[in-house]
Amino acid sequence: MLIAVLAGLFVSVLLIPLGRLFKGRLAVLISLLPTSLFAYFASFIPTIANGEAISFHYPWVPSLGVDFHFRLDGLSLLFSLLITGIGSLVFLYASSYLKGHRYLDRFYAYLSLFMASMLGLVLADNVLLLFIFWELTSISSFFLIGFNNEDANSRKSSLTALAVTGGGGFLLMAGLILMGHLSGTYAIQEMLNASSFLKAHPWYPAILALIFAGAFTKSAQFPFHFWLPGAMKAPTPISAYLHSATMVKAGVYLLARLYPILGGTEYWTYPLIVVGGITMFYGAFHSIFRTDLKSILAYSTISALGILVFLIGIGTEQALLAAAVFILVHALYKASLFLTTGVLDHETGTREITQLGGLRKVLLPLAIAGLLAALSSAGLPFTFGFIGKDQIYEATLHTEGIMPIVLTSLAVITNILLLYAGLLVGLKPFAGKLPERYQAVHLPHWLMWTPPLLLALMGIAFGAFPALIDASLLNPAATAMINETFDSPLKLWHGFNLVLLLSGITLALGALLYLMRKPSSKSMASIERFNYLAPQYIFGKLARAVRRFAARYTRTLHNGFLRVYLFRIIMFAVLLLGFRLFTGGPIQWIPAHLSPISVYEVAVLGILIAAIFLTVNTSSRLTAVVATSVIGYCICLLFVFYSAPDLAMTQFTIDTLTVVLFVLVLFRLPPFLNLANRRDRIRDWLLASSFGAIIALITIQAMNQPFDDAVSKFYGENAYVLAKGKNVVNVILVDFRGIDTMFEVVVLSIAAIGVVSLLKLKLKASEKE
Amino acid sequence: MELLLVILIGVLYATGIFMLLRRSMVKLLIGLILLGNGANLLIFLLGRITKGAPPVIDSAAKFFTDVYADPIPQALILTAIVISFGLQAFAIVLLKRVYVLINSDDLDDLNTPEEEDI
Repeated sequence: MLIAVLAGLFVSVLLIPLGRLFKGRLAVLISLLPTSLFAYFASFIPTIANGEAISFHYPWVPSLGVDFHFRLDGLSLLFSLLITGIGSLVFLYASSYLKGHRYLDRFYAYLSLFMASMLGLVLADNVLLLFIFWELTSISSFFLIGFNNEDANSRKSSLTALAVTGGGGFLLMAGLILMGHLSGTYAIQEMLNASSFLKAHPWYPAILALIFAGAFTKSAQFPFHFWLPGAMKAPTPISAYLHSATMVKAGVYLLARLYPILGGTEYWTYPLIVVGGITMFYGAFHSIFRTDLKSILAYSTISALGILVFLIGIGTEQALLAAAVFILVHALYKASLFLTTGVLDHETGTREITQLGGLRKVLLPLAIAGLLAALSSAGLPFTFGFIGKDQIYEATLHTEGIMPIVLTSLAVITNILLLYAGLLVGLKPFAGKLPERYQAVHLPHWLMWTPPLLLALMGIAFGAFPALIDASLLNPAATAMINETFDSPLKLWHGFNLVLLLSGITLALGALLYLMRKPSSKSMASIERFNYLAPQYIFGKLARAVRRFAARYTRTLHNGFLRVYLFRIIMFAVLLLGFRLFTGGPIQWIPAHLSPISVYEVAVLGILIAAIFLTVNTSSRLTAVVATSVIGYCICLLFVFYSAPDLAMTQFTIDTLTVVLFVLVLFRLPPFLNLANRRDRIRDWLLASSFGAIIALITIQAMNQPFDDAVSKFYGENAYVLAKGKNVVNVILVDFRGIDTMFEVVVLSIAAIGVVSLLKLKLKASEKE
Repeated sequence: MELLLVILIGVLYATGIFMLLRRSMVKLLIGLILLGNGANLLIFLLGRITKGAPPVIDSAAKFFTDVYADPIPQALILTAIVISFGLQAFAIVLLKRVYVLINSDDLDDLNTPEEEDI
C-alpha cells in the first residue's frame, strides 16, 4: 500500500528527466498510473464490504509519533476509488485536451503529485501523516490552479487558494497536535478510545474550532469559499478533478473521519449545520446569477460542499449515509458536467451560457452526457441523484424539535436552485437552435467525450440499480463514520410519502425556474453591486492592509542607514544591560582589589585620554590617524607595565603597520565633513557615554567576583612539562591551541588576498557607474 | 590603578560607539579600532593585572615558582590584535576603493535608490 500511495510521487519525480518523452502521443501512457491504482483499490471491495479494514504500518519517526500508518476502511475506499477512478478519466481526457501543450509533462507531474497526496490523505491513519498529505494537496493544487502561469489572474487565483487553504492548514495542525497531545497518541484508531475523554476536556471547543477552520478553508465553506471560483482559472480537467472528487472534499473527508472521535456533541452539530446551511444556500443562490459555465459549476460545487458539511453536522445515521451517497452522486455528475464544459470551451471557444445553444446537432454524445448528468443533478427518478436527494430529505426530516421544518425547507430551496444550475450547464448549451457560427463545430477526439459520458451513465446505472454499490461501497463508508456496523440498503422506491412529495416539489419548481428564467449578463451585474459586502472583498482589503503595514514596518526598521541600525541595537543593549544591572542587586562602584598607582602610569593614561579626545574632535583626517596610533602605543606601554611583553610587541608592530597603511592609502582624502547637526551629536554622545558607563560598571562587577585560575594554572604547570616551552603565552598559541592559530593564519591570508585583489582591481569605465 | 583602567575602558567604548554612529566611513573605521582596543583592555583587566611577572618560566626551572601574570587573556588578546589588523587592512583598502568609485566618504551616498520602490 505504501507503494500505491507513493507511486504518484515517483511518477512525478520521474517526469522531471523523462518529461520530454511524454509530451506527444505517449502522454496517454501516464494514465496507466491511476487506472492500475484504481484496479488495485477496486480489488479490496469484497474485503471491505465484509466489514474488515486493512492496515499497513511502516515506522517512520516513531519517537515523534509520526508513522506511515495507513488504513483502508469503507470511507477511505470510497474516496480512493473516486480519486483514482475520476483521476484515470481526467488523465485520459487531459492527454487530448492539452494536446501539444508546451508544459504537458509538467501538468502530468503536478497531477500525479496531487493524486498521490490525496490518496495519502484519505488513507493515513495518523493525524500528523494526514496533515503532511493535507499540506501536499494545498501545494500541488497551487501549481495546478496556476498552471497557466503567463496569466496574471491565474497566478493571483492560485496564490489566493494557497493563502486560504494554507492558513487553514496551519490552524488544523494546531488542532491536530492539541488533539494528539491530549489523547497521548497520534494514531486515529487509538484516538477512538480517547473519544469521551476528549469530548469532556475543557479544550474540546478549541480543538473543534481549529479543526473546523482547516476543514472550512479547504472545503470552501462560507466565508472562505471565495478561492474556489477563482480556482476556475485552471484548465478544465484540473477543475473537474479538484472540485468534483478530490481537493475540496478533503475537508469533508476530515470531518467524516473525525466524526467518531469528536462528533455528535452540540459543539460539533450547531457550527456545522449553520456554516453548512449558509454555504449551501449562498452557493446555490449565487450560481443562478452566473453566465460563465465554469462559474455556475463553481458556485454549485460550493453549495454541494455546504450540503455535505450540513449532513455531517446533523450526524444521525441517515444523515451520514446521505453524506456518503451524496459524495458519490456529486462526484459523478459534477465531474461529468465539468468535462462537458471543457469540451464546449475547447470546441467553441466560449463558456458564456448566453452564446451557446443547439449544440446537440453537432456534439450528440456530449449532449447525452450533459443531459444525463443534469438529470442526475436534478434528481429525476431512476438517476443516482434521486437517491441522493431522497437521503438528504430523510436526514433533515428525522431531526428533532423545530429543526425538521427549518432544515428541510432550506434543503429544498437549495436543491431547487442547484437543479436549475445543473440544467443550465447540462441542458442549455445543447437545447434550442444552433447558431450559424457553430455549424462547423465537430466532435473532438473520442478520449474527450467518452469520460463525461461514462460518468453520466454511471450516475444513471447506480440510480436504477442501487444494489450495485450500496452494500459494497456506501454502507461500509457510513459504517466507518458511525463506527458501528450499519446496514441500510438503498431503495429507489419508498412508496408515497413526504420525501417523495418533497422531491416532486423540488423537481417541479426547478423545472419551472429553468423555463421561466433566462440567464443574462444583466442579472450578473445586479448582484455585483453588493460585492463590497462579499468576504473576498474584505479579505482582499485585509491582505492589502497587511502588505502596506509590512512595507511601512520594513521601511522604518530597515531603512538602509547603518547608524540607525547601530543606534537601535546599542540602545537596546544599554536598556537591557542597565535593567539587569539595577535590578540584579547592589552595584559595586569600586573594584575590591586596588593596586598602587605610580606617576608614569598616570602620565601614560593622561596622554591616552588626550589622544582619544583629539581623535574624536579633530577635523583633520591625518591628525585622527596619528592620534589613533598614539592610543595604540600608549596601550602598548600599559602592556609593558603589566607583564605582557608579547602583547606589547604585537601591538607595537600592528599599530605601526596600520598607521602606515592608513596614511599611504588615505592621505589624499579631503578633511572630515561635519555632517551631523548639534542635536544628533548630543543624542549620540548620550547613548555612547551611557554604553561606556554600563561597560565600566559591568567590568567592576565582574572583577569583584571570585577569580578561578584553574585553567591558567594548568597551562602554567604544563607548558614546559608537556610542550617543552618556557614562554607560556607562546606555548598556548602554537601548541595547546595550535589549530586555532592555524585558522587565524587562514583568516589573515584571506584578508590579504582581499586586500591585494582590491588594490589590483581595475574596473572598466562602464562598471564605475 | 584598576579604577583608572576601568574608566579608560569606559571612555574607549563610549568614543568608539560615538565614532561608529558617524556618517563618515573613516570615522566608522576609527570607531572600530577604538572599540577593539577597549575590548582588549577589558579582557586584560579581567585576567587580573600583575606587575613585573611575565608568564615566562625561569630558564633554570621547569615550572613557575613565583606569582606570574595570567597567560590566557594574553593569548586571547594576541589573537584579537592580529585578527583586527586583518579586518582593518581590508577595510582601509575597501574604503579607498569606494572613495575612488563614488568620490565620497559619506555612508549615505552608498544607499541604493531601489529601497524607495517598496
